[in-house]
Amino acid sequence: MKKSTFIGTVAAATLAAGFAAAGTLDEVKAKGFLQCGVTTGLVGFAAADANGNWDGFDVAVCRAVAAAVLGDPQAVKFTPTTGKTRFTALASGEIDLLARNTTWTFSRDVDLKFTFVGVNYYDGQGFMVPKALGVSSAKDLDTATVCIQTGTTTELNLADFFRSNNISYEPVPIETNAEAQAQYLAGACDVYTTDASGLAATRATFENPGDHVVLPEIISKEPLGPLVRHGDDQWADIARWTLNALITAEELGITSANIKEAAMSAGDNPEINRLLGTEGNLGEMLGLSADWAKNAIAAGGNYGEIFERNIGEKTAIGISRGLNAQWTNGGLLYSPPFR
Amino acid sequence: MSVITDPPQEGFRISQLLYDTRYRSMTIQIVALIGFLLAIGWLINNTLVNLAALGKPLGFGFLWEPAGYDINQRLIEYNSQMTNARAALVGVLNTLLVAVLGCITATILGVLIGVLRLSKNWLVSRLMTVYIEGFRNVPVLLWILMAMAIFIEVFPQPRDFRGEDPAATMKIFESVAITNRGVYLPGPIFNAGSGIVIAAFIASLAAIFFFGKWAKARQEQTGQILPTFWIKLAILIVPSLLIFFIMGKPIDLEIPAIKGFNFAGGIYMRNSLIALWLALSLYTAAFIAETVRSGIMAVSKGQSEAAAALGLRPGRIMNLVILPQALRVIIPPMISQYLNLTKNSSLAIAVGYMDITGTLGGITLNQTGREMECLIILMGIYLVISLTISTIMNWYNERVKLQER
Repeated sequence: MKKSTFIGTVAAATLAAGFAAAGTLDEVKAKGFLQCGVTTGLVGFAAADANGNWDGFDVAVCRAVAAAVLGDPQAVKFTPTTGKTRFTALASGEIDLLARNTTWTFSRDVDLKFTFVGVNYYDGQGFMVPKALGVSSAKDLDTATVCIQTGTTTELNLADFFRSNNISYEPVPIETNAEAQAQYLAGACDVYTTDASGLAATRATFENPGDHVVLPEIISKEPLGPLVRHGDDQWADIARWTLNALITAEELGITSANIKEAAMSAGDNPEINRLLGTEGNLGEMLGLSADWAKNAIAAGGNYGEIFERNIGEKTAIGISRGLNAQWTNGGLLYSPPFR
Repeated sequence: MSVITDPPQEGFRISQLLYDTRYRSMTIQIVALIGFLLAIGWLINNTLVNLAALGKPLGFGFLWEPAGYDINQRLIEYNSQMTNARAALVGVLNTLLVAVLGCITATILGVLIGVLRLSKNWLVSRLMTVYIEGFRNVPVLLWILMAMAIFIEVFPQPRDFRGEDPAATMKIFESVAITNRGVYLPGPIFNAGSGIVIAAFIASLAAIFFFGKWAKARQEQTGQILPTFWIKLAILIVPSLLIFFIMGKPIDLEIPAIKGFNFAGGIYMRNSLIALWLALSLYTAAFIAETVRSGIMAVSKGQSEAAAALGLRPGRIMNLVILPQALRVIIPPMISQYLNLTKNSSLAIAVGYMDITGTLGGITLNQTGREMECLIILMGIYLVISLTISTIMNWYNERVKLQER
């Protein structure tokens, strides 16, 4: 960990200036695959199966971008990153895109020089406790031992929350989700805190998920989204509009089932036509082929399909759409128009 | 008969720098030095230019901004509103704590194991060999993780101490709680009048020192040996104890008790500290044992035989003849073992111990994004700690090394 930080730093210092100028799109096209940073393993968001195939909600973003750029959703190489190594990996050019439930904050955007291309999951920090503890509110957690993933915004939110409520606690910083899980299950900490979606995903992997409850308090806003380096606007646009394409596709009712048909020839809805490239030249403006959005959507379906398949109510994780519903359904998902 | 003629007096010529053997090596060294400095300068300049191009010019202003995060083990006052520099200081103290504890334990264990490995008892010496080879040849990180894993899985949770018929009970007269979050020990509470007891204790320490000097001088003059150990022990305990009772027991023991989710009161040693301390000590002790063994074996057999012939008992032979000579072989490699232990303590983050690598090189680095600055400071801090340790140990080495006359 220490070593990778160091190497990353050196690499950032010596290489990054060159990378920014070269154009990430040309580079990705030249090497033939997208290098995408994901978590070290969070079921539903990004996890490798027994065969080493990555799957999940964040992974789907990587695959959609790869499909839009290269026409092949499998042309992705995944770099597992921890909360601590992710930014160095992106800044140094080790990865082209970071899709690792990363919170969009002012200082990361402005001071760390990253461009967040949108929000693919509106989240908030929550607490999980064993039912046996008999706790019903986070405000009852005085003197509790709390496991936190180090290097994340949750660390700062936690300090603020306990401070403003004048509650004492004992933080236990932990490097990865798996270690935190081990400590939590052994009772070395009373509480595990991270983004509510992460808690749901972690709980789903427990032997007895029913023995643990997520407390009602959500103590922060955590808009999670993919991000790229500052300084390459074309690449940022590609990532941004690929994500928007997935969201718009759901809004317009384009699914992986009907996309082939819809993309055959221009239909009655001009926005669908522009999106799928049967009309206009949006792909060309981005520096991509005309069917870029079609490929991106065909890769894993629209936003709603990706959500339901990986983390939706029918999966073990069982997250409802909530804030992440389309704006037409009372949620926050609102893509700018394709025009 | 030989005639000595003065060599012809010639002025210095530039070509001599290269062709005259008196100057050549110096010329080469100066050229190499200039080249080396240029290379370093280029590296630094390159880093600065590229950092500036990335929009991240070097700056240390972040050190004085609020850190924003909490640290569990604090030897000095700290809260999340204090600066990053303060958080770094908390980390430095945690590093020093585990390093000092580790060095002490590793030395005691190492000396014991090293001597036992030379034991004539077959079983004992073989067991020690197994210990040494086992610990030396497995990376210390694995020992740290293993110690932590055992801690977490084996010991009960604080919750188990609750209720009518608790699953776990406190040890040693109900005063020590061993949980998987750490060990809770009884801690002293200093009431009014405790200052006098402490003063008495410090006075006893001074008395022991002067008594030792006096006993030594007396032995050199008269040849009589006093049972100094027992007398020193008596000086250490008796006066402090007397004053403690005369003052009406001003120092109380606070027994930890379950309060909320955890034990409260007393001294709390976190599982991360214990796991790290234990693993580092056991690991380094294996190396120190080998150093001690080599030191003792370096003293020639004739020395102990000569001492025995003079009628010295085995204990005295070890103390007066063997160890003083062995120490000068033992100490120099011992310095590097202490340095290793201190540097290995940077693996603390593996078990969530908030040392300097965890605070400054971990959370601060991550939350501020100042990799270069944090790593430079971090390296500087380790350098200072290491150089201080070697200075102290070298000074000690000067004192014990063989006086050649």
